[in-house]
Amino acid sequence: MKSGSNLEKVLTNGHFAFTGELGPPRGANIEAIKEKAKFLKGNVDMVNITDNQTAMVRMSSWAAAMIVQELGIEPNYQMVCRDRNRLAMQADILGAYAHGLRNILCLSGDHQQFGDHPQAKGVYDIDSMQLIGMVKKMRDEGKFLGGAEIDTPPKFFIGGAANPFAEPIEWRVHRLAKKVAAGVDFIQTQCVFNMDTMRKWVHMANDMGLTDKVYILPGVTPMKSVGMAKYMKSKVPGMDVPDEIIKRLQGVDKKKVADEGIKIACEQIEEFKEMKGIPGVHLMAIEWEHMVPEIAERAGVLPRPVL
Amino acid sequence: MIVAERKPFDEIKSMVKDCKKVFTVGCSTCVAVCLAGGEKEVGILNSELEIARNADGNPIEIGTATLQRQCDTEFLLELKGKIEDYDAIISMACGAGIQFLAEHYPDIPVFPAVDTTSIGINKDVGVYEERCRACGTCVLGMTGGICPVTMCAKGLYNGPCGGTNLGSCEINKDQACAWFKIHERLVKQDRLQNIMDVTPPNDWRNQIPRTTIQPAYKERCEEQKA
Ligand code: SF4
Ligand code: SF4
Repeated sequence: MKSGSNLEKVLTNGHFAFTGELGPPRGANIEAIKEKAKFLKGNVDMVNITDNQTAMVRMSSWAAAMIVQELGIEPNYQMVCRDRNRLAMQADILGAYAHGLRNILCLSGDHQQFGDHPQAKGVYDIDSMQLIGMVKKMRDEGKFLGGAEIDTPPKFFIGGAANPFAEPIEWRVHRLAKKVAAGVDFIQTQCVFNMDTMRKWVHMANDMGLTDKVYILPGVTPMKSVGMAKYMKSKVPGMDVPDEIIKRLQGVDKKKVADEGIKIACEQIEEFKEMKGIPGVHLMAIEWEHMVPEIAERAGVLPRPVL
Repeated sequence: MIVAERKPFDEIKSMVKDCKKVFTVGCSTCVAVCLAGGEKEVGILNSELEIARNADGNPIEIGTATLQRQCDTEFLLELKGKIEDYDAIISMACGAGIQFLAEHYPDIPVFPAVDTTSIGINKDVGVYEERCRACGTCVLGMTGGICPVTMCAKGLYNGPCGGTNLGSCEINKDQACAWFKIHERLVKQDRLQNIMDVTPPNDWRNQIPRTTIQPAYKERCEEQKA
């Protein structure tokens, strides 16, 4: 075991992993975290705690992750390169580990221009690829990036992101290979809507032997409405929403759209369960946490293994 | 070249509001090429100031010179004996030129009349685009001649990130994704291998003021110090 995290155990024991997501509040409201967490507990193996997502200030991800952990859910501590330099990152990694966090997700982060402080200076001292390498070096060599020994190295299960749908498409599998070379243990992908492109990407990853070296968890997001689908298609950079999805949502009775969205998500999960090289999925039910129990039930992923 | 743009007139006017006599200094190199602080722009600024101050009933006396380069002692010395009687100097050079001028004439307040924006290129008449952040460790050889520090909004060394949008950067549709272009150019040159390996964390060398001494002058410099 590299970290002994629950996710690592689930994956190494060959269970189909099911992970979720929780965005910390825009304030110090612990109740808001508890409210979201109660829908996730027992229904997922691990919950991503986002780090100032879309560049909006929120409770820090390590702090929210600790609260979630106390509630009995394993967190995935997200860290973006936008907001801190290598000194702050390594310090936070040590502190997070000391407090019992065991998974980390290394990301570049959305550009600050999108958020509520567009005037901020973006840090980007290192990028997500280099962050992965740094966490691995801290874990496996017991050394800081600068080379000095660490007294009690942090042992994290190291995650990264991949977007199989962003241009240049043919480069995406190579970028995955770079993350594997940097030392990533698991990958959570951008929300998958275009299954064709996804199949091709996974196929290439299989051919290159990458899926033997990294656990890939495709991102699944149920569409709540036609508006959401249209918004994601046109407004969210790097998101590929095929017209068929929008048409399918438009084709059902207005009251049934959300249900259809969940149906599509469940069909995807069924396909991923059978797909070679895919050991689980990552459910991103954005601001829809209360639906997670129903989605998990309908996706046939309950009960979650207790290891 | 160094690219700059002239400050808004009201800002310049307010900087010299307490002065009766100012001396405006232009620069004939970069800022002249980018139409921000050459002889012509000096003339325009001086007339604007005179007209505005006359209108306020508070006339101002203005002296003027446009030097070959304000970032060079040789040319700065041309001002000796000409500017000592003035209340202030307005410099229209880049940030480096303004500082060097102030360093040579430390008894007189110096005010900037331009905002220095970038190291850039002449894209079209009057249009200049940034290309270099002077990081001190140039990687253009690896990236097919496209700067990831300047042209990628996140300054990534292992791009492109997941936000690339049909060849545009995630920040805006009109901004090309630098890494999309890097990939495209390296494919064309059959050099994709260049970016297959992980580029390690950068050794940032632009975090303290830098001095560059060309090898042939190292000895001379050391002698002068001693
Ligand atoms: S890598 Fe970019 S910022 Fe650095 S010296 Fe080269 S062009 Fe300038
Ligand atoms: S979209 Fe391209 S240019 Fe923009 S931040 Fe990402 S890699 Fe850099």
